[in-house]
Amino acid sequence: MTVIAPEQAASTARGSGGRDAASTGPGPARMARLRRKIGDNLQAYAFLAAGLLCFGLFSWWPLVKGIVLSFQQDNFVTDPIWVGFDNYRAVLDDPLFGTAWLNTLEFTGLALLFGFAVPFVMALVINEFRHAKGFFRFAVYLPVMLPPIVSVLLWQYFYDPGTGLFNAVLSGVGLPTSDWTQSPKMAMISLVLVSTWANMGGATIMYLAGLAGIPGELYEAAELDGASIWQRVRHVTIPQMRFIMLVLLLLQIVATMQVFIEPYQLTGTTNEETITVMVLIYRYAFTVNNDFGLAAAMSVLLFIVLGAFSAVYLRLTRKAD
Amino acid sequence: MNRRMFGRSLAVALVAGTTLLGAACAGEEPETPGGPVTITVNGMPPATDAVNRANFEADVKAFEAKYPNIKIDAKEGFMDPQQFATKLAGGQLEDVFYVYLTDPAALIAKRQVQDISAQLAEFPSIKDIKPDLMKVFTDSAGKVYGVPVANYSLGLVYNRTLFAKAGLDPASPPKTWEEVREAAKKITALGNGIVGYGDYSKNNTGGWHFTAEIYSIGGDVAVKDGDTWKAAFNNDKGKQVLQQLKDMRWTDDTMGQRQLLEWADLLQMMASGKLGMYVGSADNFPVIVNQYKAKYEDFGLGGIPGGQGTLGGGDGYMFKAGLSPEKIKAGLTWLSFKGGALDPSRIAADNEKAAAKGQPVGLPQPNIWTGDSLAKWEEATKKYANIPSENFGPFLATTTTIPLKLEPPLAQQIYAVLDTAMQKVLTDKNADVNALLADAEKQVNQILTAVK
Repeated sequence: MTVIAPEQAASTARGSGGRDAASTGPGPARMARLRRKIGDNLQAYAFLAAGLLCFGLFSWWPLVKGIVLSFQQDNFVTDPIWVGFDNYRAVLDDPLFGTAWLNTLEFTGLALLFGFAVPFVMALVINEFRHAKGFFRFAVYLPVMLPPIVSVLLWQYFYDPGTGLFNAVLSGVGLPTSDWTQSPKMAMISLVLVSTWANMGGATIMYLAGLAGIPGELYEAAELDGASIWQRVRHVTIPQMRFIMLVLLLLQIVATMQVFIEPYQLTGTTNEETITVMVLIYRYAFTVNNDFGLAAAMSVLLFIVLGAFSAVYLRLTRKAD
Repeated sequence: MNRRMFGRSLAVALVAGTTLLGAACAGEEPETPGGPVTITVNGMPPATDAVNRANFEADVKAFEAKYPNIKIDAKEGFMDPQQFATKLAGGQLEDVFYVYLTDPAALIAKRQVQDISAQLAEFPSIKDIKPDLMKVFTDSAGKVYGVPVANYSLGLVYNRTLFAKAGLDPASPPKTWEEVREAAKKITALGNGIVGYGDYSKNNTGGWHFTAEIYSIGGDVAVKDGDTWKAAFNNDKGKQVLQQLKDMRWTDDTMGQRQLLEWADLLQMMASGKLGMYVGSADNFPVIVNQYKAKYEDFGLGGIPGGQGTLGGGDGYMFKAGLSPEKIKAGLTWLSFKGGALDPSRIAADNEKAAAKGQPVGLPQPNIWTGDSLAKWEEATKKYANIPSENFGPFLATTTTIPLKLEPPLAQQIYAVLDTAMQKVLTDKNADVNALLADAEKQVNQILTAVK
């Protein structure tokens, strides 16, 4: 331990404290200053307290409770029992653990393939329109305004292998039909299509906003230099949009790894081809195991993976900047 | 008010507001001894179910007028296994709450419910309730923790019109699974997208029907082995159930392409005239007719094919642990009054009211009675019947001959596992029945280790 001599301490305080530290006057005056300081900032403190309270109560406390729960066996009625890492061991030993992660990665990969590229292209196309730009923006954003379960039920009808729209269209033009969500091969792709359709509006609007912010002179300069459309996109649009594309990529990965409604409603919680990490958490908590500790352990693992991914990603993008 | 004053007032208001919010969550008022008793109950129909909601509210009003010392604080909703634990932990569970017959054993074992034996003595018709049903609410020491209010057993729901068109006798539905298979072929042959036989495979309903079907051929899902339970379906009976479904789906093609069905799907298909048969119960008909606008005349209910046993279940009400004797008595008084449960003399009045509002009277179930009370129930049902009761004759004829079997312990968890097997045989032509049963057996045995 380092001991600081009194004079040194005083000079350090003076050095860093500036005005306040310089006048180490008697008690009452100091108290009055302190009161005034608090009084001046009361408003800010109150806002801070309310904010902290809300976040603490509704975000951080449940988070901490979730982590604690992952080390317990708890039925929410009798006293919880500490089980150490048993929940984590059980989760890691579950044969569905690997399946769920692979399915989630498959879904995320496919969702990015469609969900990342389609909105960008859509935004580029809409941005080029001279007329009815507003209408197309609205049309693309419309699915986002539907409650997710409504979109999924709508697609459930599209996918119906007997009377659904897709098979009716396919057989109408003489193409082979598919069992869609019921087929082991097509189930995951079917889920990705729903998810892309339902969510791309948000990303498209953000890209459009990004495109609107690109100075027109850059395109004019490129055109004067004889750049083709593709060259303009490649050398002007993409570099200018890089930041927003990176942010959206991160947000999309975090969101798609937590996919739940689509597999839950379209293929059920027992279909091994489409059990995702979130579906497995649901099974642990509410159907097969009825064990909130197991579900919490799996949630913590997902949290760690997403947290680590976000950290690495942020670091990489910061370096790149 | 200057800006600073306004800022300070706002800050104080914010802090006071959050403090008040905390105080509001702190707890409820204790009841005054000797004063009126307020009980919270659930089971109130949602506002979207206008007729039943109005009936319920009228019942509450009439009840409170008759018993001025009891106030009913009714909540919407029934047993939701997904919310039960959190509601209980958060102190939000109603005093008198709805349960499925599969719930009481676990709730009693976990001491989450109140012994009501002492107060039950004041309700004499209790002795006429089917003993099998009362047993569900009773522990090994004979203490009672709740009461049944309704009971169902599964049979074969079928479309009489399609039967007639396919050259089958609507008065004589199939009695064996071989007959079901043959009938399904004839019905499917009508074409126009008509499906001969339908079955579930999603959200636990697949496991539920697997259980019903294995019971119907004399099999079991779980059996008690000394002090523990173990899975009992990985055998010839289990194979027979899955193989028949697989053959009907892929060899005969009589189950339609659309699978991954859950509860409402088969009811909708039946109502739209596109489905010949499925395993279901009498309580499906009001939904088929009212919600999907079909006619009672078009449908019939037969006994469960196979006839070795029929899956039965039902519902009742239990009392939250720690409830005072006054509240228990108030709860039982409410249950006697509402819907005739515990007091069969009220059934006639309920039926009259239901018939006047166009609600169906004359269905073979739900019925929890024996002895004198059963006679009262039958008389009241016959008197106000407004649907063709003869269509349910084939089912009624089997209620005394086919034994009723309740669901296995931890039924919903087991059903969730068995869903996979049902889903596979109905969606994968190459599904391996033996492997599916072996895998499910392993998982169900794991679940059953939790049964004490």
